[in-house]
Amino acid sequence: MTLNLIVWRQKGPNAPGKFETYTAKGITEHHSFLEMLDVVNEDLIKSGKEPIQFDHDCREGICGMCSQVINGMPHGGQERTTVCQLHMRKFKDGDTIYIEPWRATAFPLVRDLVVDREALDKIVQAGGYTSCHTGGVADGNAILIPKPAADEAMDAAECIGCGACVAGCPNSAAMLFTGAKVSQLAILPQGKAEAAERVTNMVNAMKDCGFGNCTNHYECQAACPKGINVKFIARMNREYLKSLF
Amino acid sequence: MILDGKCPTGPIEKTWDKHRFDLKLVNPANKRKYSIIMVGTGLAGGAAAASLGELGYNVMAFCYQDSPRRAHSIAAQGGINAAKNYPNDGDSIYRLFYDTIKGGDFRAREADVWRLAQVSNNIIDQCVAQGVPFARDYAGYLDNRSFGGAQVSRTFFARGQTGQQLLLGAYSALSRQIKLGTVKMYNRREMLDLVVVDGVAKGITCRNLVTGELESYAADAVCLATGGYVNVFYLSTNAMGCSVTANWKAHKKGAFFANPCYTQIHPTCIPQAGDYQSKLTLMSESLRNDGRCWVPKKKEDCGKHPNEVAEEDRDYYLERKYPSFGNLAPRDIASRAAKEQCDDGRGVGPGGRGVYLDFSTSIKRVGADTIKERYGNLFEMYEKITDEDAYKRPMRMYPAPHYSMGGLWVDYNLMSNIPGLFVLGEANFSVHGANRLGASALMQGLADGYFVIPNTIAGYLATVKPTNGQTDNPEFKKSVEDVQSAQKKLLGINGKKTVSEFMRELGGLMWENCGMARSKESLETNLKKIPALREEFWKNVKVTGTGTEFNQDLENAGRTADFLEFAELMCRDALHRNESCGGHFRVEYQDEGEAQRDDANYCYVGAWEFKGDNKEPELHKEPLKFENVHLAVRSYK
Repeated sequence: MTLNLIVWRQKGPNAPGKFETYTAKGITEHHSFLEMLDVVNEDLIKSGKEPIQFDHDCREGICGMCSQVINGMPHGGQERTTVCQLHMRKFKDGDTIYIEPWRATAFPLVRDLVVDREALDKIVQAGGYTSCHTGGVADGNAILIPKPAADEAMDAAECIGCGACVAGCPNSAAMLFTGAKVSQLAILPQGKAEAAERVTNMVNAMKDCGFGNCTNHYECQAACPKGINVKFIARMNREYLKSLF
Repeated sequence: MILDGKCPTGPIEKTWDKHRFDLKLVNPANKRKYSIIMVGTGLAGGAAAASLGELGYNVMAFCYQDSPRRAHSIAAQGGINAAKNYPNDGDSIYRLFYDTIKGGDFRAREADVWRLAQVSNNIIDQCVAQGVPFARDYAGYLDNRSFGGAQVSRTFFARGQTGQQLLLGAYSALSRQIKLGTVKMYNRREMLDLVVVDGVAKGITCRNLVTGELESYAADAVCLATGGYVNVFYLSTNAMGCSVTANWKAHKKGAFFANPCYTQIHPTCIPQAGDYQSKLTLMSESLRNDGRCWVPKKKEDCGKHPNEVAEEDRDYYLERKYPSFGNLAPRDIASRAAKEQCDDGRGVGPGGRGVYLDFSTSIKRVGADTIKERYGNLFEMYEKITDEDAYKRPMRMYPAPHYSMGGLWVDYNLMSNIPGLFVLGEANFSVHGANRLGASALMQGLADGYFVIPNTIAGYLATVKPTNGQTDNPEFKKSVEDVQSAQKKLLGINGKKTVSEFMRELGGLMWENCGMARSKESLETNLKKIPALREEFWKNVKVTGTGTEFNQDLENAGRTADFLEFAELMCRDALHRNESCGGHFRVEYQDEGEAQRDDANYCYVGAWEFKGDNKEPELHKEPLKFENVHLAVRSYK
C-alpha cells in the first residue's frame, strides 16, 4: 500500500518545528508501524535528506522506548498496543497519517519525534523503591503474599514507563504512571515501613517536574499500551491521604 | 599463551566462600575515594551500579537509552532459576550446577558455575525484598515452573514479564542510589572507546547522543555490562540498539575475546514474515511447558490448516526423539530439531520455515482460562504480530538468534586480561559454556551484579591508588581524537548504500554461513566475503547529518562498522573449533544428527587477542578441567 505521512520535524528544543509530508510506498500489512518508518527513512537517506528521528529499541512492546502520537492518539490508539506492535494491517491503502511527538511541558523535545522523559525517572528516584540493602534480606518465602495481592501488584507493575498516559492526558498528568508504582508497592508487604514517605515524595516529585493533576478524563487508561487501570490512581490518592494522618 | 582463570581450588562447595574470605577488602572510609565506571545498566550493570553505590563507591553509570529502565534485559519473558527446592522435587545447588555444566556442553568453568548456582538463592530473596511481584500460590508461597534442560521446577516467574520485573527491581535499587548521590547516571551516552593508561583500564570515551559531544570519564575501574552481540545476524531477538561496540572497542585495546562462535539460537520465535523485517520476536520458552511441537508427517499436509491434519499424521518430533525431556529439550537441541524438520521439507507457514507449537492438548487438560493466566500476554503478542489466534490454532515457531555465550574473557574475579577492566553479564563469556539453559541469563546478570562484583572488585581496588577522576592523561585526548576521526571518516564517505543495507547483507552472510549450522566451506566463504563487504562499506556507505547533533544514522553506522570487524573474528573462531558443541554446530562433526564434541582437542576456552587492523588475531587457550561433573556425551534421550 501507499500512505501519505504528515510528520512533525524539529531540529532541536529551540528550533522551530513544522509538519512535513512524505509518501510511504511498497508497504505491506505485515509491516509494523516502525518498519514502515524504516522504509521511509531509507528513501530519505538515499535521496540525501535527513531521516526522521524516532525513539525505539526492543520492538516487541516491552521496553517503553517508542513514543509517537499517531492520528492524535498516543501509540496510535489501538487497544493495549505500543507503536512497535502496531501493524499496518490496521491502515488502508491511501490513508493519510499524522505523526507527532509526545507533547508535555515535563517532556522537552529532543529532535523530531524524540522527547526527554527523564522526569519519569525523577519520580521513581523520589521513592519508587523499597529501601532494602543488597544481601542480608529474608528468605523469599518468609514473606507470605496471597496470590490475589501478588496478581494485583503485578497488574500495576506492568507499566512500561513509556509516558503515553502523560501524552494522552489533557493536563499532562503522570498520575497513572506514579499511581501504578505507588500501588504495586502499597499492595505488597515489603517496604510498608516507608509507605507514607514514599507516596508523599513521589507526589511532590510529580509536581516539581511540571506534570499536571488528574481530572478524571481516563484518557491515560485509554492510551496505556499495557492496560494499567485508573483504579491505581485512586489507590495513590488514598495512600496520599493516609500519609497525612 | 596459557590463560589462568584464577579459579580457587579445593572442594567445589567451598570455592566461593573461601575465595570471598581470601579477597582483600576496602575499608568503608576508603570506599568513597574510589570511583567506578559502569557501562550498561541492564540486569548486570544496573544491579552492580546499585550495589557498588550502596557500598559507598562513587559510581558513574552509562546507558544509551533515555532511561536505565529500558535495557534489553526488560524483554526476557520466562523466568529465573534458583536452587531453592521449594517444590521438593529433588533440586539442590549441586543439581543446578550439574545441569548448567552439562547444558553448556562442558565448555564453562566449573568454579564460576558453582558460584552462580550458589548465589541463585540469594537473588530470589533480594528481588522479593525489592517488591518484585513473583507468581505466588494461594497459600502465599512462591510458585515455580520448569524450563528447557531441567527436570525439576526451579524457575521463578512474574507472568511472562520476568525480565521486566527483575530489571525494574534493579532499576529501583539504582534509582535509590541516584537519589542518594552515590551513583551519577548518564543517559543517552554510548561508549565509543576504552581508555587504557600504562596497560590499565582508566576510563572511557562516550558520545553524548543528544548533543554529539565526545566526553571523557576517568575512574579507578571500568565495568562493561553491555550485553550480547547477536545483532551481528541483523535479525535477532535483541533490541535494535544492542551492539558489540563497547566490547569490540575494549577488544581493540587489548581485551581478549573468548568463544565468539558460541551464539544461542532460541527455538521458539515467531517466524520471519518478510524482507523488510527489523527484528524477530521471541516467545518465552515456558510455552514449551504446555505447548507440544509438531510438524506434519507428510509433506503434502504442510499447506493445510493445522486443525485439519489428523492426529496420526502429526510428528511430535521432540517427544519422539527425546522421550525423557520431550518438548523441554535444551535450546540448542530443540532448535536443531526444528531446523531438521524444515530442511526435510515438512516446515509450515511462509517459505516452510516454521513448526507448530500446539496448546490444544493442554487446553483440553487444564482449560483455556488456565492457559490464559499462564501465557496470556504472549498469546496477545503473537496475535498482534501474526493476526492469528493461538487459542484456536497452533502457533508457528522458528529458531532465531537470541543470546551470546561468548564475550570478553574474564578470570574468576570477572576481570579481563586488562587490569581494571571488569566484564559482567552477557558481555563476558564465563558461565554458559557453548549453550545457555533457559532462565539462566537473568540469573547470571543479577548474580554478577548483586553478589559477585561487589566482592571481587574490592580485591582489585585495594591494590590501586585512587585517581580522583582525572582525565588529564594524554591517552584520554588521543582516544577522543581517534573517535572523532573515525566519525569524520564515516560522515565524509557519502556513498550510495545505506547503513541498513550493509547490516542486512552482513546479517545474511552470518545467518547463512555461521548460523545454526556451519562448515569449513561456509566459514571460509565468509572469511572472504566479510573483508570485501567491510572494504565496500568504508568506500560506499552513506551517512547523513553531522557529528555534532542527535544523529541516529551515525549511531547505526558506528555499530555496523564494529559488527563488520567482529563478524570476521566470529567466523574465524567457528572455523578453528573442529567440533560441534552447544550452539556451535559444525556439519562435519555429527553423529546421526547429534553434536559430536571433541574433548581431546577442544576442551578449552578460545580467547583471541587483537593484533591490529587486517592482521590475524592470536589465539590463547584456557584449558577447562572437569573434576566434579565428568565429561560425558550430552544425551537428553
